[in-house]
Parts: sequence; structure tokens; C-alpha cells
Amino acid sequence: MAELLEIRGLTKRFGGLVAVNDVSFKVREGEILSIIGPNGAGKSTLFKLIASFLRPSAGEVWFRGKRISGLSPHRAARLGVVRTFQETTIFRGMTVHENVVIAHHLRSRASLFGFYLGTARARADEAEFARSAEEIIRFLGLGDMRDHLASTLPHGHLRALGIAIGLATAPAVLLLDEPFAGMNHDETMRAVELVRAVRERGVTLLLVEHDMPAVMRISDRIVVLNFGSKIAEGAPAEIQQNARVIEAYLGSEDESIGL
Amino acid sequence: MGLGMQSSLRPGAVIGVAVYVAVLFVLVPWAIAASGRTDLYYTLTSVALLSIASAGVWLTFFIGRINIGQGAFSLAGGYVSAILVARAGLSFWLALPLAGLFCAAVSVLVGLPILRLRGVYFAMVTLVLTEVARLLALALPITNGAKGMVSLPLPGGVKLLGVTLIPDFATLATPNRAFYFLSVALMSLCFAAMYRLVHSRIGRLCRSLQQNEELASSIGVNIASLRVLAYSISSFFGGVGGAIFVAVSQSIYPSSFTVNDSVNFMLNCFLGGLGYVFGPMLGTLVLYFGWDLLFQTGRFQLLIFSSILIALMLALPNGLLSLRPFGWRRG
Ligand SMILES: Nc1ncnc2c1ncn2[C@@H]1O[C@H](COP(=O)(O)OP(=O)(O)OP(=O)(O)O)[C@@H](O)[C@H]1O
Ligand SMILES: [Mg+2]
Repeated sequence: MAELLEIRGLTKRFGGLVAVNDVSFKVREGEILSIIGPNGAGKSTLFKLIASFLRPSAGEVWFRGKRISGLSPHRAARLGVVRTFQETTIFRGMTVHENVVIAHHLRSRASLFGFYLGTARARADEAEFARSAEEIIRFLGLGDMRDHLASTLPHGHLRALGIAIGLATAPAVLLLDEPFAGMNHDETMRAVELVRAVRERGVTLLLVEHDMPAVMRISDRIVVLNFGSKIAEGAPAEIQQNARVIEAYLGSEDESIGL
Repeated sequence: MGLGMQSSLRPGAVIGVAVYVAVLFVLVPWAIAASGRTDLYYTLTSVALLSIASAGVWLTFFIGRINIGQGAFSLAGGYVSAILVARAGLSFWLALPLAGLFCAAVSVLVGLPILRLRGVYFAMVTLVLTEVARLLALALPITNGAKGMVSLPLPGGVKLLGVTLIPDFATLATPNRAFYFLSVALMSLCFAAMYRLVHSRIGRLCRSLQQNEELASSIGVNIASLRVLAYSISSFFGGVGGAIFVAVSQSIYPSSFTVNDSVNFMLNCFLGGLGYVFGPMLGTLVLYFGWDLLFQTGRFQLLIFSSILIALMLALPNGLLSLRPFGWRRG
């Protein structure tokens, strides 16, 4: 498998705090790579750095032979690196369908002015977005909720909508921050299948997740952070045996690595 | 304007537009002629111009920014057109779009840094803008300081191939009627353009911005330039409104548009309804006449006015148009 993304010596300091400390790893095309670590380990910060929401204090992110760190988020998204959020992942005041349609923005061929004038190309875009949105909505099991206001969705469906928005941008790499948070066992199992199905569509996935059983099931490889530094990298089975990882997780009280 | 526009027009909308045009361009002039109240032309012209400026403010609300600085752009637009007409001898009809474009250009420069701010912070900075504009007008040599610019010429005529497109306002018996038609026509144009904008993809992108800027940028929206685009259109409206106002009153002073006006532009939007493109038009009309009607109450005018306003906003947080007087749909 070719490598798609390369993280080189990435560091982020917030004042005196080093949130991400000299982290390097590679992401291969088509894999599901999870990033785990105790609370405050720097996982979300790492995601923000990769998707260019934050400028690194040091280090670089390379995507398909291009340096993307330090660009703006919309540029990174345009190149194919798209991030969803740990917290609010949706446009609350729009319906499910509207959310997914608007997320097709990157695929527009018509200019904004073209959309204003309603040119033939703009109308073709609109029709295509609406069609593709229907498909994505059905794919993620949101068909019944199509016209519901996003803010009224139950938790599990919110996460699915977040993923739908990410998918609509036709990303090469999708970064999902805690996609299973707040889900019960059944919902998680369903979501795991969903993430797998997303990968089948040719999307490479980066995941931050606390739900260890789910992580172990779903990941091809895992990167472990602790206090901002990478302490391990490898297949799920290797990570579960890794002494440093076990130590890191034992050091924090409310975490379990699900051994 | 739009090829796609006809297809999106519903029969109700066609009737609505027809009634709107008939009232503003036929019924009102007829009623004024019949009653002899020609002073109403000036009043209604003011309402139309203020609602153009308010439309701009509405557009900044639309990208999730509270704009209390539109007075600055109305003042700037007024001065630019006054200076171009009086000092450079330019035709008003050229000065008018130039005034709007000047304001749009300034708002790009100002907007790039300040549009990063949100909520109260943006509101405060825009509030200061109005005051900065007033102080500049007082200080710059070209604006003639506190004495202002007076005795400005009325708009001249426009001829194309010997055909008079626009008559010289100075030769008209009732220039106020001509200003009424001009202002109402421009108001209609501005609101039509804004309606189209809001209902095109740009409008939906603005809504995405309003709801979640981070997410908008992660789906590839260039939020910085979209914000600046909306803000510059907003300021263009402010400048155009101000420029015509100055032509009507044939004078401009640093106090022609103040913080008070900036606040009113915002209130017009609140009152009409932030969810409706035509909100600022209705809001301006109601606020303007409401204020005048309370004139008889003397020193209680402001107290009663504010109380009613507060009550209205509590009772109708989504504005007057949320009553859906014509069965309009939201949007
Ligand atoms: N913008 C910021 N300014 C200052 N400190 C920050 C900022 N963002 C994050 N931090 C700090 O950086 C550290 C890493 O935070 P981060 O959110 O990346 O952790 P995380 O691994 O995602 O944690 P969690 O599992 O709780 O989501 C924390 O100590 C946090 O307080
Ligand atoms: Mg986090």
C-alpha cells in the first residue's frame, strides 16, 4: 500500500504546554488508523494540525507529495484532507438533506457567480449534489430523517450525519474525532460497520477514539499518544501487548485499554 | 438576472411582486396626488433609502455578525458622491455607483481583520467605525469639517443618442417625486438582488457560515473571503443609500449619519425578522412611522417607543414577518 499522508516531527506548543511533541508516522492509502491515548494526550490537537486548523510550532504534514501544514482548512479540504469534529459536527439549523447537500461544496464546478445567475452548469451541479446527497443519506441509514432538522436528531444519528457531511466532500482522508462517543453498544457496532463501509468506498480513515473494543476491532494500525508524544505504533494485537501503552493507561484512572 | 429565476417563481410570488409594484409605483403616487400630501414623498424616500442600508445590515446578520456600523458606510457613501459631484464635477449617476464601490472597497480592507471577530466583539468594533467615520469627516480637509457640504447640485439628466433617459432633476417641478421613484426602484433592485443571493448557493453557504464556521471551512468553504464578500455587498448598500440621501437633502454633515442611525439600521432588521429577506424593508417602514406617530406623546416618545419595541421583540423574537401576513414561507 502506498503512503498517503506523512506526519514529520509535528509539535504544537500552547504557551508552556507541549500538546503535541515531535510526533511522526505515516498513513497508508486505504487503511483505518486509530490514534488513542488518555484524556489530554493531544489527539484532537494532532487532528487539527493535520487538517490545517492549527499551525504547527514545528514539523510538517505531507499529503501526496505536497506540504499541507500551515495552509488554511479549506485548502486542505480541497486537497482531500477533511476533518469532522469531536463536538458539534453539523449545521444545526438545516435539515439532514440540506446539511449533506451543502457539504458537496468542494465538488462544485460552477463559480459562485454562476450559482447566482443560475447557469446551466450551476443547475447541473445542484442536481448532482441533491442526487449524491440522497445516496449518502441512505448509505448512512438516515433515509427516514431526511427532512428532519439536524438539531432534533438523536445522538447516534448525529454522528452518522457528521460522517455523511465528511463523505459528501469526497475526501481522500477523513479524520473522525470520537465518532462513537456517547453511543451504546449496538449503536457502536453499527457505526463500526459504517466506518468499514466508508473505507470500502476508497476513503482512508484516521480515527480518534476512546472506545477500546471498537478501536481494536476496526483499526488496521494504531498510534498511541501520551502527554503529546508518540509512545507506540502498530497493529492492534501489538498495541495490546505493549508495556509502555499498558503503563500509560494504568497511570490514568478512568481509562481502560480493554484487555 | 436569472435564467433559473423564472423556474423558481411560484404563482403566489408573481402576484406578490405585481401587487408590490402596483402599490409603490402607481397607488402611492396616485394617493399622494389625490390628497395633496406631497411631503409624503420625502418621508417615503427616506424609508426606502434607510431600508436599503438596513438590507446591508441584514446581510451581515446573515453571516452571523451583528453590524452596528452601517452608518459609517452611509456617511462615507454620502461624502464620496458629494465630493465627486461638487468638487470633481462628475455626474451624480456615475458618482452613485462609485460611492457604493468605494464603500465596498473600504469594507474589504476593514473587514479582512475585523470579520474574524464574532459576537459582541465584532459589534463593538463596528460601533466604533461609525464614530471613526464621523471624526474623519470632521478632520479631513476635503469634507469641509463641521460646516459640511451644502448647496449640492441636484442630479443632472442622462441622454443617450438624443433620447432623455433621466431628466435633469433641477428642471423638474417635483424633484421629490423623482427621488421617490429613484429610491423605490433602487430599493426594489437591492432586495431582488439580495433575494436571489440568499436563495442561491451563496446564500446557503452563508447560512453554513452563520451556523458553524469551523465546519464550513472543513467542507472547503473559504470562510474568510465569503465573509468579506457579504460584508462588501452590505457596505455597498450602505454607501448607495447614503449617496442618494445626500442628493435628496443636497447637503451632508459629519452628523448626517450617526451611531443612532447605525443602531436603527440594526433594529429595523430585528423588527422585520432576521429570517426574512424582506424583513428590513418592513422593519424600516414600521419603525420610521411608529416613531413619527408617537411624536404627539412629547417627552415620553422615546420611553413608549422603546417599551413597545422591547415588547414586540419578546412577543415576536423572529420579527414581524414571522406572523406570515401573506402566507409567505420562511426564507
Ligand atoms: N487552544 C488551546 N490552547 C491551550 N491549550 C490547549 C488548546 N487546545 C488544547 N490544549 C491543551 O492541549 C492538551 C491536549 O488537548 P487535546 O484536546 O488535543 O487532547 P485530547 O487527546 O484530544 O483529549 P480528549 O481525549 O479529552 O479529547 C490539553 O492539555 C489541552 O488542555
Ligand atoms: Mg479530543
